[in-house]
Amino acid sequence: MSASLEVQRLRIVFAKQAELRYISHLDLMRAWERALRRARLPVAHTQGFNPRPRLLFAAALAVGWTGSAELLDLFLEQRVDLRLAARALLVQLPPGLEVSSITEVDLTLPSLPAQVSAAEYRIELAPGPSAAELGERVARLLAATSLPRRRERPDGVRSYDLRPLVQELRGGLENGCPLLWARLQADGTATGRPDELVDELGLGPWLRSIERVQILFKSGV
Amino acid sequence: MSGTALEHLLSRVTKPGRYSGGEWNSVRKEWGAARVHFALAYPDTYEVGMSNLGVGILYELLNNEPDILAERVYAPWGDMERALAAGNVELYTLESRRPLRQFDLLGFSLQYELNYSNVLSMLHLAGIPLLASERDESWPIVLAGGSCNYNPEPMADFIDLFVLGDGEEVLLELVRLYAALRAAPGYSKADFLRRAALLHGVYVPSLYRVTYHADGCIASIEPTDKHAPAVVEKRIVKVLPPPPARPVVPYLEVIHDRVAVEIMRGCSRGCRFCQAGMVYRPVRERPVVEVLEAVERQLAATGHEEVSLVSLSSTDYSGIRPLLEKLQEKYARQRISISLPSLRTDAFSVELAHQLQRTRKSGLTFAPEAGSERLRAVINKGVTAADLLATAEAAFRSGWQRIKLYFMIGLPTETDEDVLAIATLVKDVLAVGRRHAAGRARLSVSVSTFIPKAHTPFQWAAMCPAEVVARRQAILQRELRLRSVELSWSDEATSRLEGVLSRGDRRLGRVIQRAWELGARFDAWAECFRPDLWAAALNEAGLDPAFYTERERARDEVLPWSRLSSGVSDSFLWDENERSIQGQSSENCREACLGCGIRESFDLSRCPVTLDGVGQ
Repeated sequence: MSASLEVQRLRIVFAKQAELRYISHLDLMRAWERALRRARLPVAHTQGFNPRPRLLFAAALAVGWTGSAELLDLFLEQRVDLRLAARALLVQLPPGLEVSSITEVDLTLPSLPAQVSAAEYRIELAPGPSAAELGERVARLLAATSLPRRRERPDGVRSYDLRPLVQELRGGLENGCPLLWARLQADGTATGRPDELVDELGLGPWLRSIERVQILFKSGV
Repeated sequence: MSGTALEHLLSRVTKPGRYSGGEWNSVRKEWGAARVHFALAYPDTYEVGMSNLGVGILYELLNNEPDILAERVYAPWGDMERALAAGNVELYTLESRRPLRQFDLLGFSLQYELNYSNVLSMLHLAGIPLLASERDESWPIVLAGGSCNYNPEPMADFIDLFVLGDGEEVLLELVRLYAALRAAPGYSKADFLRRAALLHGVYVPSLYRVTYHADGCIASIEPTDKHAPAVVEKRIVKVLPPPPARPVVPYLEVIHDRVAVEIMRGCSRGCRFCQAGMVYRPVRERPVVEVLEAVERQLAATGHEEVSLVSLSSTDYSGIRPLLEKLQEKYARQRISISLPSLRTDAFSVELAHQLQRTRKSGLTFAPEAGSERLRAVINKGVTAADLLATAEAAFRSGWQRIKLYFMIGLPTETDEDVLAIATLVKDVLAVGRRHAAGRARLSVSVSTFIPKAHTPFQWAAMCPAEVVARRQAILQRELRLRSVELSWSDEATSRLEGVLSRGDRRLGRVIQRAWELGARFDAWAECFRPDLWAAALNEAGLDPAFYTERERARDEVLPWSRLSSGVSDSFLWDENERSIQGQSSENCREACLGCGIRESFDLSRCPVTLDGVGQ
């Protein structure tokens, strides 16, 4: 049960699709660990009494949302051929988990969560609000200097300002359905939530789905 | 149902992953390609139901048949129940998300009496009439299996047929019978049930009429159909079928989240309080090679990192040592851990546990069940105080610091002295612990209330009155007020209800329905259990719970389950009951056959079926 050395680091870009939207981040991690064991990849483990597989996700995704370009770093204790590893892994992934790329990255890079600065979301709404109305609501939100909000969490109510977390926001129609596109801050200090944004826009009742389409890194890393 | 309506619901309930399916190894079959559609229902949460070994076995068994489709459904938690009702969405299976009413057969797994109200919830949420008598050919056949079926009478109003014993063979026979009759012109449910009753191990309650004496005792249980068997004997598989190859891997963390391979069915110990020990006879051991193959196959198919070897008494399995050695050899380097539930109280068990947990010594559990030597002889738990102390000694010496001890309170013939003996024993074990682990030695003492069960030597016994149980709990509380001892007990109201339902008769059907109407749900969950609703329902039906719990039955009383047989003879149970009262213990049937009747019932050439000769 000795701790293993990490000799290779793989970055996996994957999608968590609609089938898996109700699976929590913790459950998703376990699903990955099991898929990796089924694929018999030589995953490195943490030290200690309860060794855990060394895989690190860029950012947790809330229950109910999907992600099309999620990121995960996998540490291996033996080097593998990328093509063979991908082939072994792909057949073991449950429906709703799709890998789009596996690349090798430098072992010494900072950890994935430490590199994240922001995330982009695609938010689908039910038919109702017109393009003009969307545009007006978006413009009004962007014009505000602060958007104080209170968010209930299991550990109490937290007050925060949503406005500085909204880096970009656009609204429009796609095939007749209203759609929002937002870039929200997501780093160690604060993370903007797209559902909070929708609520602030007064569009909560129309919310259909939230997809994280991109995770952005800090410049310089 | 409309996908978006469901999505809308799921986004608003806690743990929506309970209701969304799509797990690895779950089976999606084409609906139209199957002749028979079978819904396997578990009347508790997803997390509890997914931990049940039996349902997993039947799921794979049914789906291995090309023309049968089997899907799963679990009891929706309160918020989901409300959401389904409010959204007008019928309860559906996880795989195809089709409403239950579209299935041909709906089979419930009844493992615990306190799940009964959830069966009604599930039927209701599916839009299916609760009463079997109100369901015609247009509704699914509702059946049930599981250990509660050894006295299914309280559920007789709601269930069309009960399967008694091992389900592996009889379930397929039932499905085949159904498929054949359904396809023929003039199909009728009544005809199917009459024919199903001829299958060995099938009990159709509507084919029997129960009459009562003025005092509430049963006068007779008479077949109303000339083909209905006089006694329905449970079904067994003489040779254990291979364990499932591809168990479903849940996304959510479930109670038993690991590979679980059954190494043995049945138990040879003959503890008189233990229903499982009586009704799962005969002992059948699975060859070591077959266990090893199953573990390998399941690990490869699931990606689990833990293996549990399942049986009623794992250390009694005759191949346990070679099995564990081979598992260790093979899996220790792969960081796969092996766990062994149901340890016997002896040094051998500690040694095995030590082998398995070289690094992390989480805790060891032993079950002396009673405090005094006398009372342990009464219940035939052949463990002496010396055994327990030696076992504790071995455990603390091997590095364990926490030991968990299980006891029961309210056993037949029990006195306050017997309960004081629990305290003495616990203190003695703690003294041993302090010698080896000093102040770090910890004991968890769990005390449950004894509930007499059908088909055991104590099936005639009175359950100890609640006041006496309370007094004896207080004795333990007073005697064991020690920093290193953590004392816990089962909830008394829960035990009383379990006592009523486990030996109840058909009149309780009305009580179950009324309690459910009043709002009883998830009675096995402390945060949901409402004993007041059950008290009201019993009261409305004019039934006294003490009639079922605290009343000792006479030898010749017609017990509600007297038309059902576990293969163990009534005379054996009665003899054991008599020996018990005289404080005489009986032997482990691996050493000498006690003539329990199972051999004759099933015409067994060998019993117990151990590995000698069959083994490696």
